[in-house]
Amino acid sequence: MIDTLRLSAQQVNDLLETGEASSDEIFAAYRAAIDERDPELHCFLHVNDDAPGEGIPIAHKDVVNTKGIPTTAGSKILEGYRPVYDATVAQRCASRGLRVIGKTNMDEFAMGSSTENSAYGPTRNPWDPSRVPGGSSGGSSAAVAAGLTPWALGSDTGGSIKQPAALCGVVGLRPTYGTVSRSGIVAFASSLDQIGPITKTVADCAFLYSVIAGRDPNDTTTVELPQPIEIPRAEDLKGLRVGVPKELNEAEGIEPGVSEAVNAAIELCRELGAEVGETTLPRSVEYGLPCYYLIAPSEASSNLARYDGVRYGLRVADGDVREQYMRTRDAGFGDEPKRRIMLGTYALSAGYYDAYYGQAQKVRTVIREEFRAALEQFDVLISPTSPTVAFPLGDRVDNPLAMYLCDVLAIPPNMAGLPGLSIPCGLSEGLPVGLQLIGPQFSENVLFRAGHALEQALGFDYVPPRLK
Amino acid sequence: MNWEPVIGLEIHVHLKTRTKMFCRCELEYFAPENSRTCPICLAHPGTLPVPNREAIEMTILLGHALGCEIAEHAVFHRKHYFYPDLPKGYQISQYDEPLCIEGAFTLPTADGDISVGIVRAHLEEDAAKNVHMGGAAGRIAGADRTLVDFNRAGTPLVEIVTGPDLHSSEHAKRFLQLLRQTVVELGISDAEMEKGSLRFDVNVSVRPEGSDELRTRTELKNMNSFNFAAKGIEREIQRQIQIYESGGQVEQETMHFDPGNESAPPLRSKEEAQDYRYLPEPDLVPLEPPRDLVEELRAQLPELPGARIDKIGEEVGFELAEGLVVSGRDRLFQQVGGDRRAVANVLMNQFAATGVDPGQVDAAELSKLILARDQVPRHVFTEALEKSGEPGFSADAYLGDGQITDTGDLEPLVDQVLAANPEQVESYRSGKQGLLGFFVGQVMKETEGRASPRLVNELLRRKLDA
Repeated sequence: MIDTLRLSAQQVNDLLETGEASSDEIFAAYRAAIDERDPELHCFLHVNDDAPGEGIPIAHKDVVNTKGIPTTAGSKILEGYRPVYDATVAQRCASRGLRVIGKTNMDEFAMGSSTENSAYGPTRNPWDPSRVPGGSSGGSSAAVAAGLTPWALGSDTGGSIKQPAALCGVVGLRPTYGTVSRSGIVAFASSLDQIGPITKTVADCAFLYSVIAGRDPNDTTTVELPQPIEIPRAEDLKGLRVGVPKELNEAEGIEPGVSEAVNAAIELCRELGAEVGETTLPRSVEYGLPCYYLIAPSEASSNLARYDGVRYGLRVADGDVREQYMRTRDAGFGDEPKRRIMLGTYALSAGYYDAYYGQAQKVRTVIREEFRAALEQFDVLISPTSPTVAFPLGDRVDNPLAMYLCDVLAIPPNMAGLPGLSIPCGLSEGLPVGLQLIGPQFSENVLFRAGHALEQALGFDYVPPRLK
Repeated sequence: MNWEPVIGLEIHVHLKTRTKMFCRCELEYFAPENSRTCPICLAHPGTLPVPNREAIEMTILLGHALGCEIAEHAVFHRKHYFYPDLPKGYQISQYDEPLCIEGAFTLPTADGDISVGIVRAHLEEDAAKNVHMGGAAGRIAGADRTLVDFNRAGTPLVEIVTGPDLHSSEHAKRFLQLLRQTVVELGISDAEMEKGSLRFDVNVSVRPEGSDELRTRTELKNMNSFNFAAKGIEREIQRQIQIYESGGQVEQETMHFDPGNESAPPLRSKEEAQDYRYLPEPDLVPLEPPRDLVEELRAQLPELPGARIDKIGEEVGFELAEGLVVSGRDRLFQQVGGDRRAVANVLMNQFAATGVDPGQVDAAELSKLILARDQVPRHVFTEALEKSGEPGFSADAYLGDGQITDTGDLEPLVDQVLAANPEQVESYRSGKQGLLGFFVGQVMKETEGRASPRLVNELLRRKLDA
């Protein structure tokens, strides 16, 4: 009996290697779990009954182009679109024998923090189906938490891996910008988008990251990793300097239960041998979110210009070409993409560029500088990933600003291009709390080591009680 | 009042790289529609641009030829507008940090060299081609539907922008011709207007002579030949002068030149100008060409056409020199021996008329032919020139071709002609020397044009002047 709820990818691999289960049997077990639990959770937009490969199943967020398999980015404008090529990350997974079990639900074009902006209906949190799984990689995170896939790929522009991983009690890495290829990833905000793993354990996360990372000639913004990824084994934090940025830990809106769990984890760092100290990021937290909401929509307004109904995807043919553009885009995009296209178009307009996009780029430099200074004193910075635990469906859909604030703690390191790992560190009101570990560029090995040691000491049970 | 025209040019040149600017589709003109496309140049979701190294090197080479500084840090920008020929909804171009900046290009003229400032030369991708079906031929207005051919989408394109440094339509035309010859010789473009691999727009304004103000300019688009351009510019200059002289103001507008009806109707005025929302291309890192590459390319620069016009001009005068160089016949000119002016004249007239590719010609044989041209009947000379580009061409075959060069053969004929025309002989001898041509003509008629004109002349003079 294959217990998909409990098994990590590494354990699945052990089953394969020892011959206790075949790849087909494992695939079938996860496929059965999807049939059983996905009607309620709606993690998947597309499920495969079979897939090439002899290894472990994997689910890809629906921004990952998979040749011949529908890829919609959660949008009506791409309904029925089947990519003609594979994303580099999909190729790399396939080359390791990973079998695509399905494509996961997401906020449309990765714009959102609850997966409620999916044009195909929301995903529900496996810990409490009346609550959101976070977003935009809500489908991937919920699928891992509910044992519908051993692991999954997500994408993170402004917290879209870290925040849903936190809300679903799983592990998520937003990698250093430029270490994972964006070739074949439906673009949202190019200077921020990164693909990363969502897994049950830190070791799985490190392994999957090692599969997808590294320079890709098809993405000239990628670089080779300065050192190979190691699967973490350390169980202590001796010699590690852990910084607690005041602003990231005391921001308005952090729930007491979240603070409590995070503070306990910080205390645990000390017990595991880390040197813990306070530090400060005075402007990054205050300006990170506004800065993000100029840069990301600006780039999005540009990246989404190609959806015009001329070559693929939805076309509402009516009147002349101008009319066709307007009707296609009006019918194809949901409210959030429209909102961001408008914001971004405005911010890039002649006469406004310097005041908005230009200024935001300058602020971005300031944020980068602040993190650089803090990370001279510390190896790792630590904070909650999300100010809150999973919130009820519908709570924030009518208040975009409240929705945007979900990522207030996740966004600042993203603006600096830094990697961030979210691991579950406890429960608040019976719902998972995520701990964010931030390091300098290319410090993924350090984050994995710290995350793994904490994970072992915390002994968090990632199986949602109601599914046991 | 005298008016001085002020002219600036924007020239677009397709680079003849093997593949497109940001994807590896092979470039081919006249390939079947949409057969040179891939997910990148069709802007499928998730595709990313990867710059073409060859195109960057060609642009740097051109930058050197234009006397430009090659930027240490250049940036690609996205230029946005919605149109079916633009698959991404933006064109990847360069904006405030182009690859080549602040150059100067020397235009030799009959009155000496003019230095034309080069504001910038930047690298971008071309758009696709819209084909409007139904309605007026090729026009979007009234068309039933529009089809798009993406073969051209992503073709590397260099845009060269000059300063407002040209002051006559004639100089503008000569500048374009010289620039065209320069890019052709650099091997970076075919620069053929019929193929669309060379296109240009012209900015025109006028000002009172002696003033250095820059008045409102109009932009002429869609010029499809150098001669049409010269005509269009001239007409626009006259239009603007007329407006000012009747107390009016020139409005900033874009004119679409239509050689068919010889008019330049306004296309759009600047109030409706597009806002392109330039954005630094986040999918590409800044372009920082290594300095040793830049220097290596500088060293590869051949002697430029402009310099050769000056050099050859000293021998044969500016007009012929310019003609030889911009027509690509000057290398042949340098190889062909004989009187410089005579050779230049033959190359620019009789030879040019044949359309023979100068690159295919054996210079030694051509020298022989030109040297002996007075001894050959005109039609034979022309025929020989027409064949001069063929492999194995030999001048001797034509020089010996029935030509009567023997005095012994010609003398009786000359005597015969003189004897048959006693009155004309009398007139000639009493001073009407112009009649010599008449006698030559008669001899040529008798020989069916095969007599050596030089020899006939000689014999006639000797006999008549005796």
